[in-house]
Amino acid sequence: MKLTLKIWRQKNNNSKGEFKTYVHDHVSPDMSFLEMLDVLNEGLVKKGEEPVHFDHDCREGICGMCSLYINGRPHGPLQTTTCQLHMRSFKDGETITIEPWRAAAFPVVKDLVVDRSAFDRIQQAGGYVSVNTGGVPDGNAIPIAKKIADEAMDAAACIGCGACVAACKNASAMLFVSAKVSQYALLPQGQPESKERVEKMVAQMDEEGFGACTNTKACEAECPKSIKITNIARMNREYYSSMFTNYEVTVSGGGD
Amino acid sequence: MIFLNDGGVTFSHWGHFMGTNPVIRTLEIGLVAGFLIHIVQGILLMKKNRDSRPVRYQVVAPAPNSTWYSRSMGLLGTLLLLFLILHTAHFWIPNRANQFATGEELNLYQMMLDIFADPLIVAVYILGCISLAWHLLHGFWSAFQTLGLNHQRYNAIIHFIGTAFAIVVPLLFALMPIAMYFNWVN
Ligand code: HEM
Ligand code: SF4
Ligand code: FES
Repeated sequence: MKLTLKIWRQKNNNSKGEFKTYVHDHVSPDMSFLEMLDVLNEGLVKKGEEPVHFDHDCREGICGMCSLYINGRPHGPLQTTTCQLHMRSFKDGETITIEPWRAAAFPVVKDLVVDRSAFDRIQQAGGYVSVNTGGVPDGNAIPIAKKIADEAMDAAACIGCGACVAACKNASAMLFVSAKVSQYALLPQGQPESKERVEKMVAQMDEEGFGACTNTKACEAECPKSIKITNIARMNREYYSSMFTNYEVTVSGGGD
Repeated sequence: MIFLNDGGVTFSHWGHFMGTNPVIRTLEIGLVAGFLIHIVQGILLMKKNRDSRPVRYQVVAPAPNSTWYSRSMGLLGTLLLLFLILHTAHFWIPNRANQFATGEELNLYQMMLDIFADPLIVAVYILGCISLAWHLLHGFWSAFQTLGLNHQRYNAIIHFIGTAFAIVVPLLFALMPIAMYFNWVN
């Protein structure tokens, strides 16, 4: 396959970036999208040019590290991660535009690499259970309905890739945050800290400069882990009931 | 009530009730305030959401992941605002001004007949109602989702009521100028 690639190149966070066009004629339809970029980079290195920087780690769709906004959609045309996207999803001779995630809260580090530590700070604000849970309880000692356990597991499938933010016209992080809130809100272990958790995580989300949700459902359609917007409704519900019933929370918004 | 085609007797009766009843007049204040709050909040929301992506994408292909009207609430709302300004300038402002000055109401029915004789105005009213339909088609269920009032058991009925509301109400609104323009009622 022969492809024309329009790739965003940017030296660092302070410099102004621009698109550069590359013609790539060593593409096999069986390559993953990232392998295609690897081959491009090998060529660039041989020519003494700076390779295109992009994020990746597991390359098996579980870590959430790979990103890329491909032809106007996060992770490209399929509802997968970019590492699981193969070149057979494209046509020979096609022009592919590759951009980094665009959001005020995800500043560009270099080329296609963005800083997603805003997600880490939201997690650190409350996305955990801090009470001492003691020893391992007996199996089935805590009854949980199968449906509820499934819902919690589905929410826990979020890999924190940020495609939801990239897809959203408002660069809103509601799908991510709601998945992280829901995985605890649904289970008994999450209850003691549930009110504090949702208030702190939402405060941190706003602090990071993500946009507000207007329910376009673009996130749900692009999420590689099929996180549902029912989680967003659940988080809104948790948030309102916490606002009206919580005893005391001092929200610092500093991730602590 | 205009569809009763009785020369506006019933319409004027209820119009008088709506224009003078203290309960309705109090609700009216709530309605106007609600609109103003909604418009201001809508504009603030759009500003915040634009600021959340300072560098735009070069290529966007959102069609497969969301509906155009859910992405165009600001545009549809702005069209509604223009329509509302025109609509209040036609009826509400002259009538209230007259009530204030003389204590008398205007013959709104006759005013409708006169104003809706102009095809351009009828077209603008229809466009306003179409914008309203799309705005509500997204807005109704969206409000429930935002408030967290969402449950697998009730989602279908919320969507159904929202869709029905978004079709029926704007359609009835649009039928008024249409009926008058084509002299179905006079
Ligand atoms: C007059 C000018 C108007 C403007 C500028 C406006 C603007 C907006 C905006 C920006 C939103 C944000 C939600 C989104 O993007 O999804 C919205 C939502 C909504 N609008 Fe309007 N709108 C207007 C008039 C109206 C009218 C006349 C109605 C109903 C009679 C209405 C009903 C709604 C509803 C129900 C929502 C959904 C609320 C939610 O998602 O929480 N709007 N509008
Ligand atoms: S909700 Fe989906 S798209 Fe968003 S970060 Fe989690 S896995 Fe990625
Ligand atoms: S590289 Fe780990 S999910 Fe793509």
